[in-house]
Amino acid sequence: MVDSAWQLMSGFFEWFGNLGIFFWKVLRAAVTPPYEWRELIRQLDEIGAKSFPLVALAGAAIGVVVSLEARYTLSRFGAKSLFPSTLVYSVIEVMGPIVTGLVVSGRIGAGIGAELASMKVTEQIDAIEASAINPYRLLAATRILACIVMLPLLTVAADACALLTGWIAQAAIEPLSFHQFVESGFHGATFNAFVPPTFKTAVYGLIIGLIACFQGMRTTGGAAGVGRSATNSVVLASLFLILADVVLVKFILVVFP
Amino acid sequence: MATAADISTKPKETEGSGCVPAVAVENLHKTFGTNTVLNGINLRVNQGDTLAVLGRSGTGKSVLLRLIIGLIPPDSGSIHIQGKNIAELSVDELGKAREKVGFLFQHAALYDSLTVAENVAFPLKHHRRKMPKSERNDRVQRLLTEVGMEDSLNKMPSNISGGMQKRVGLARALALAPEILLLDEPTAGLDPISSREIDDLILKLQSERHTASVVVTHDLFSAKTISNRLALLNQGNVIIEGTFEELQKSDDQFIRDFLQHP
Repeated sequence: MVDSAWQLMSGFFEWFGNLGIFFWKVLRAAVTPPYEWRELIRQLDEIGAKSFPLVALAGAAIGVVVSLEARYTLSRFGAKSLFPSTLVYSVIEVMGPIVTGLVVSGRIGAGIGAELASMKVTEQIDAIEASAINPYRLLAATRILACIVMLPLLTVAADACALLTGWIAQAAIEPLSFHQFVESGFHGATFNAFVPPTFKTAVYGLIIGLIACFQGMRTTGGAAGVGRSATNSVVLASLFLILADVVLVKFILVVFP
Repeated sequence: MATAADISTKPKETEGSGCVPAVAVENLHKTFGTNTVLNGINLRVNQGDTLAVLGRSGTGKSVLLRLIIGLIPPDSGSIHIQGKNIAELSVDELGKAREKVGFLFQHAALYDSLTVAENVAFPLKHHRRKMPKSERNDRVQRLLTEVGMEDSLNKMPSNISGGMQKRVGLARALALAPEILLLDEPTAGLDPISSREIDDLILKLQSERHTASVVVTHDLFSAKTISNRLALLNQGNVIIEGTFEELQKSDDQFIRDFLQHP
């Protein structure tokens, strides 16, 4: 019992230690030339443009759900006039970032984890290294950087879709012009209310990219190992993303009151 | 007959002196868990020489190649590439040293998302960034012609046979015109005709480019054809090193058994 607890603990710290070493290697590779611009652009397209439909759809669905729930709750308290701002704030500050993070974690985390794991078990990563090309720079740094850059942009897209469908859901029940919705929803909006929650998703991008690359590039054990890495990438990235959100929300409230 | 003990001289540090071996391995140890794979081996390959490393499966032949290129670190001992101890090199210096080494993996390890031509162009794109595209394409074409794969430029690795993948892997290993070649089972899984073609290609490279090669193989005929020296590994040690004829003269029962039933 004590032995297994000790093994679990040491495995936990070993994982974090290895993750730290991996991050350091990626960071060092990322800031030293030659820079892999072409691969970065390819990853921006892969992670950003190709995730857009999924993120937009998720955002649209969330917009409808939040709209219906908010309308029902506000009606009970006779505060229907607060509907536009409730929708805007709950989407942009809370739902948009976390839903985008989780959707991207599922799509990109699994994709990167499986791709790199497959490359690892078929010795393709060794072949890159043997060709005197730094795999941390070519494979990991480009993917992580693309995740960091694209997450805030995808969040903006998800927010926009959510607000649009939220307004449509509301307007279908009760007449509300788009102009009125926007004016009322964004009334008194400040930098602190919208920009930090959107840009905190860059940290989600770091978490998704880092964990997926780490899990992928340390894969062992053939096809089963590839499957394990893909699953672990999604599970761990989603878990750490939610845990990071707890810290980030508090951080934003303190730094950007 | 030369044995491992006879060749354990430390390589001289002066590059270009003519005495510096292309690859020198000294007192190399490697253990995985409780399994000691290499137990203090010494090897030396001069420029223009080809050393065939033989041994039963699981005796650490492929591990030796991975240690030489620096993909895995040794537990102790040293590896010199053209006189430079790779353990003492910075990341950039190790990269420069690796540019001089071409590595053919046992299963070719082609990049499965790239075409045959893109696979061969891959090292050139990263190390010869200023090379004009037309020149790069010409070189890729020439390399693939050299290995008899000029008709498969746009095919994906999954659409060609294992033997063809090996040829493409060899073309990729030659892309940067390496001075040293590390070949892991270049003829394994190939039909006899393809095997001999690969052997001929390696011989041609030896004569034309004066490359130093370390070839891990189970193919005794191939080893005899392409190498001027052979080293036999057993239980983590080089038990004998010399020419094929020298190995044949050995009284050691294991060596005699191995040569009769490789």
